[in-house]
Amino acid sequence: MKILAAMSGGVDSAVAAARVVDAGHDVTGVHLALSPDPQQSRAGARGCCTAEDSRDARRAADMLGIPFYIWDLAERFRADVVDDFVAEYAVGRTPNPCLRCNEKIKFAAVLDRALALGFDAVATGHHARLEDGVLRRSVDAGKDQSYVLAVCTREQLAHAIFPLGASTKVEVRAEAARRGLAVADKPDSHDICFIADGDTRGFLARVLGDAPGDVVDAETGETIGSHAGTFGFTVGQRRGLGVGSAVRDGRPRYVLSIEPVANTVTVGPAERLTVRELSAVLPVWTSGRQPAHDFACSAQVRAHGTPSAARATVSGDRVSVHLIEPQRGVAAGQAVALYDGDAVIGSATIERTA
Amino acid sequence: MPTDPVYLDHASTTPMRAAAVAAMTAELGRAGNPSSTHAAGRAARRIVEEAREAVAAAYAVDPVEVLFTAGGTEADNLGVLGGYRARATADPRRTRIVTTAIEHHAVLDAVRALAEHDGAEVVILAVGPGGVVDPDDLLRILAADADRTALVAVMWANNETGAVQPIPQLAEIAREHGVPLHTDAVQAAAQLHIDLSVVDTAALTAHKLGGPVGIGALIARRDAALAPVGYGGGQERGLRSGTLDAAAAAGFAAAVAEMRQGYAVESSRVADLRDRLVAGVQRAVPEAVLTAAGSPRLPNIANIRFPGAGSDEVLLLLDAAGICAAAGSACTAGVSRPSHVLQAMAVDPEGAIRFSLGHTSTAADVDAAVAAIGPAVDRGRAARLAGAAR
Repeated sequence: MKILAAMSGGVDSAVAAARVVDAGHDVTGVHLALSPDPQQSRAGARGCCTAEDSRDARRAADMLGIPFYIWDLAERFRADVVDDFVAEYAVGRTPNPCLRCNEKIKFAAVLDRALALGFDAVATGHHARLEDGVLRRSVDAGKDQSYVLAVCTREQLAHAIFPLGASTKVEVRAEAARRGLAVADKPDSHDICFIADGDTRGFLARVLGDAPGDVVDAETGETIGSHAGTFGFTVGQRRGLGVGSAVRDGRPRYVLSIEPVANTVTVGPAERLTVRELSAVLPVWTSGRQPAHDFACSAQVRAHGTPSAARATVSGDRVSVHLIEPQRGVAAGQAVALYDGDAVIGSATIERTA
Repeated sequence: MPTDPVYLDHASTTPMRAAAVAAMTAELGRAGNPSSTHAAGRAARRIVEEAREAVAAAYAVDPVEVLFTAGGTEADNLGVLGGYRARATADPRRTRIVTTAIEHHAVLDAVRALAEHDGAEVVILAVGPGGVVDPDDLLRILAADADRTALVAVMWANNETGAVQPIPQLAEIAREHGVPLHTDAVQAAAQLHIDLSVVDTAALTAHKLGGPVGIGALIARRDAALAPVGYGGGQERGLRSGTLDAAAAAGFAAAVAEMRQGYAVESSRVADLRDRLVAGVQRAVPEAVLTAAGSPRLPNIANIRFPGAGSDEVLLLLDAAGICAAAGSACTAGVSRPSHVLQAMAVDPEGAIRFSLGHTSTAADVDAAVAAIGPAVDRGRAARLAGAAR
């Protein structure tokens, strides 16, 4: 097959490309330029979009003896991922930009272009398995990325290859070293690639500007503090609320909800964070078929969250999920991924919790 | 994979001529700093001076007017920054620099730096859709304000389109108004028999004409007002410090000498190949448009636009078919940007591919490109549509 290997400059995508080369495919490496104004070198371990990262990707492609290109997707990335990220926070939701990038960039803009150019599939270094069209968790539970891929449709997955799903991260690093790939010891990227300094709140404040409002205690209904903008908060957050002394019962407070119209952040004690019911919209079924109207599953609400036993009910474009094992701190805008054992059934965007 | 790719990107760099490789390798193992006064130094100096004479003879200037640099970019920087600063220092009213929007970044960004850091006022000479400057525009600008102008900088031939600018006329106008003219002759000097004695300063590079990468020259009239941009040992008339590279100079000279012998024959041979390429491509893709078709052009460059296709996609597909070509200029770190040259010409840059030929090009190279272009453009159009669909 003719395969396009997406190469971030990290160890995972380098080994993934190496494996498809070894399997005898005709492989071309592509590094995605996602920032219109990339930094020349990495600062610490963050990010994946600097000139240094593109050089790392190029050198890995050199070692593998495959053609290598840089595709400029900065404009698409800004429109589909960064602007979406900001817009979601602005309306009080908590988006996952990696998931959006898979949905709109890697397995849409890049895949479409690859197919049109005559490639058969796109290979990435995601830690997930794809067996007979079924998306499954990686054997490395700590590194599993099936959650951020659960937004992919059957058509997208039909042209995806995840060569690393049967390996642990430790094995991948050892293999990179064995292959002489310079990125074998490169630190994992963390956080959000387009926020190089890791300061999400600062990034949002710069983009959205200050919008001071009240912090309200759900226990008493009283205003117990103020905030500089609701985007600085996410449901379940405890630190940085600045309301400790104003809380009458002296117990820790957590963000329970964000009301962007009223511009208030509601806080409350830990037990109020407990969520048993999720209402989610715009489901994607990775098999291409809607499962039964009502089915048992496990539900995961964040990238490295613990899944809960659950029961899902589908009606039209809405999925109601009853969490038999409750979760804490679930925010609107997050995706809920539904699994049957280690197999992904699909995902949907959380709209309301109870 | 096919064996050797077909190389149609000579305007980026061209293979070293065998004579240049031989001349350079003969010097590489030798000690001797050309600035040293002992026997080894004198031997190295002799190589450098003979090279200087060869370059001077090829472009109708005197040896003292050849200042070796590390390449075309450095020569352009010295000509623009050094020329502007020397004039502006001597006469502080001269804060204006006249240039075009189609210059290489070696000139364009040097001019921008002058605007940002030296308070220069930049006046842009427009080009029409043919990509050529109108001398009357320069005449008008200088007639109004020659006393305030420090420098005119216009390239001899454009690296993307091959369009040749009327440098002798522009130089005459500048001279009549007492304003020096710098020209980036990097592309023209590799293809045309040009007389650089008509300008005040001109940038050359060896690797576009079959010499090594890493050496070039600023041709600077003996009376040219120039300030150095780097400081050190005071070599090259005190304008370009740094140890002279005798081996590279020998390679540069050998390439220039060989090229000079073959100008007339080689120019028409390459022009015939280019015409064969353009005709073949237009047969394969009838909508293909030759950029600057009606303008005087270098014999070796064909900038062809394929409406509806993306340059990146077509290049990737040509590359996969074993054809090396370029989209605009390849200087922006692997990420192609819309060509500032085509934008300045008010030409739609969509699907622009630059094919450029050189001393090793053959009819077989051209025919291979013609055979590959149709399928590449078809597929490139489909890819462009797929990209726009979501």
